[in-house]
Amino acid sequence: MNIPGPLPIACVGLSSTETNQTRGKGTVRDLSGNPVVIRAEGLSKTFEIPDHKVDSLKERAVHPFRKQETRKLKALEDVSFEVRQGEFFGIAGRNGSGKSTLLKILASIYTKDRGSLKVAGQLAPFIELGVGFNQELDAAQNIVLNGVMMGLTRQEAESKVDTVLDFAELQGFSDLKIKNFSSGMLVRLAFSTMLETEVDILLIDEVLAVGDAAFVQKCNDAFRDMKESGKTVVLVTHDMESIEHLCDRAMLLENGRQTRIGDPGEVGREYMRLNFSEAASEHDSWVPSDQRAARMLGAWLEDGDGRRVSNLAEEDSIRAVVEFEMRAPVEEPLFTGMVANDDMVHIAAWEQPVQREGMPIERLEAGERVAVVTEIENNLVPGRYNASFRLCRNGNSDDVAMQMIGAIDFVVYGTSSHHGVVRVEPRQSTRFGDDG
Amino acid sequence: MAEAPPPPKLVEVRGPTALGGGFRRFFELLWLIAVNDFKKAYFGTVLGYFWSLLRPLALFAVLLFVFTRIFRIGSEVEYYPVLLLFNIVMISFFQEATLGSVASVVNQENLVRKTRFPRLVIPLAVVLTGLFNFGTNLIAVLIFIIAFGVPLTWTWLLFPLIVIALFVFTMAVSMLLSALYVRFRDVGIIWSVLVTAIFYATPVLYPIEIVPSQYVDWIMANPLTPIFEQARHWVIDPGAPGAVSAAGGVTGLLPAALIYVAVCVAAVIVFRREAPRIAEEL
Repeated sequence: MNIPGPLPIACVGLSSTETNQTRGKGTVRDLSGNPVVIRAEGLSKTFEIPDHKVDSLKERAVHPFRKQETRKLKALEDVSFEVRQGEFFGIAGRNGSGKSTLLKILASIYTKDRGSLKVAGQLAPFIELGVGFNQELDAAQNIVLNGVMMGLTRQEAESKVDTVLDFAELQGFSDLKIKNFSSGMLVRLAFSTMLETEVDILLIDEVLAVGDAAFVQKCNDAFRDMKESGKTVVLVTHDMESIEHLCDRAMLLENGRQTRIGDPGEVGREYMRLNFSEAASEHDSWVPSDQRAARMLGAWLEDGDGRRVSNLAEEDSIRAVVEFEMRAPVEEPLFTGMVANDDMVHIAAWEQPVQREGMPIERLEAGERVAVVTEIENNLVPGRYNASFRLCRNGNSDDVAMQMIGAIDFVVYGTSSHHGVVRVEPRQSTRFGDDG
Repeated sequence: MAEAPPPPKLVEVRGPTALGGGFRRFFELLWLIAVNDFKKAYFGTVLGYFWSLLRPLALFAVLLFVFTRIFRIGSEVEYYPVLLLFNIVMISFFQEATLGSVASVVNQENLVRKTRFPRLVIPLAVVLTGLFNFGTNLIAVLIFIIAFGVPLTWTWLLFPLIVIALFVFTMAVSMLLSALYVRFRDVGIIWSVLVTAIFYATPVLYPIEIVPSQYVDWIMANPLTPIFEQARHWVIDPGAPGAVSAAGGVTGLLPAALIYVAVCVAAVIVFRREAPRIAEEL
């Protein structure tokens, strides 16, 4: 597989100067002459999920011969791809599609069951920024620790401390314990450690999701720098914006199988199509297909100016748009929504009659196209969320005419350190004994 | 594109392992983490060193009172107070390292599930930090040795052999426990009981020669017993029986040696088998 040294470099030079095409903000580069640095062939991974987990020796001793009932969950099936040196490779997929499992196999965190995986060069050992940090250590010690995890020697890592702090704009904080850092500072530190240590291949699981807008911009700039300096990056995300703008090539996973690989624009469109096609709603088999009265056309979040967004700042309200086409008439249509967080905790649910100018509609006719726009206040703490929607008949929320589980994946970002599930605005007053 | 990177060579990825990512990285990480933990304990607070000494010293003071004033074993044994402190410092290393490592891998869930981290580093760092503590506690022992006028002998030079034997065994037990704990959470409870039993089954409070003869074989089967007896013979009291004479000959040491080796072999096998799956089991 070794292509003689100078050749691929010449190709890169050529591609970045002469064959650049600009599409949106992204740049398409032809890297097909570069050597392959990751080659996966037929990767498969099955998890065995015990129905009843035996997690004590006592139970083992009491029931030594009880056969463990397990369900098999195919997380990945026969996934093959190649990533070339200097390439930005995106892996897209819905929640549970296997994209994180794949990244964990690449990072040697999980074992593969079948298939072959070959990697050339040093691979970053992290899949999330800052997981190697120790809260009790100061910034400089953490940089050294992280550097060593990346495969540097201690001396090499120590010599990088100043450069990393410079890049992160944290020069004055080298002696401060990490636990006193704001989340924005932490991300900056983690990101610059990753960039400054000489890792050939970076694995990133949705970093752009965290941090304030200015930091996202900084990350984007850094990504562009990395692109130019020839770093190879594998980026896992559900955000089609980053796939289309950053990646040279992308792959789409659905239920553990790769459904498309190649041009990021095509992958993005396929993802959207998959998300809202009948195929996607088939897994809700408890709504028999003959009772599905509507077809989902799309679901997205909008900002105040009507632009589609997938990330929300903490203070932005949530405006969800769900567009569908009626296939059969529905009386007294009722529209319900639900927001769940990444741990599948249901945070909020609501139901409202479908309205026109404030008045409930009595009947939606077959062939009508409707976009229901729901605005809810955003009390969510920073994190990942998904929203599900249903259209119901006869004003009865159990009589489902269409449903879309996890129709919208979105991220709320912010730097405040709220704990818990929802953000509250406390208004305090004080009463002392004498006030009555 | 300033310089041409060397043409990369594709290498098969074998997935997570106990050592994960080469020996150099393994030892660098092990050292860094153990040193950081040690520093945290000692330099975090002004009295750090005294706090860490306080536990063995307090235990020592109580036991010394009980065994010299109430049971009066102490008066029959040469340099009993020094021996007692020495033994307590050694057994404390074993206890603290093994108890600390049981849940260590599970507690470092974030590292295990989100980074390619050599799994073995986690329990070993706990043991290594314990070893540093052991070293500083030995300073207190040395002060007692001088204060009680224990004669200096050339056999002190052999003490590192004791430390190695104790360290290896502690390491093996820690590996075994931390790997099993991932699957069986009651290992933690079982071990906290067992560790107390082992404390009494090891000649810490008493010298081996006062153990009734029908129990000597049992006590001698404990792999820690020969280590403790030999340490006493070499460091505190050359007149005391060493491991061999306490066991009544080399064959008497066989059970302890077999258990020692079996634990070490089991530790390596179990840890190697469990390491690749730890991230998935959590």
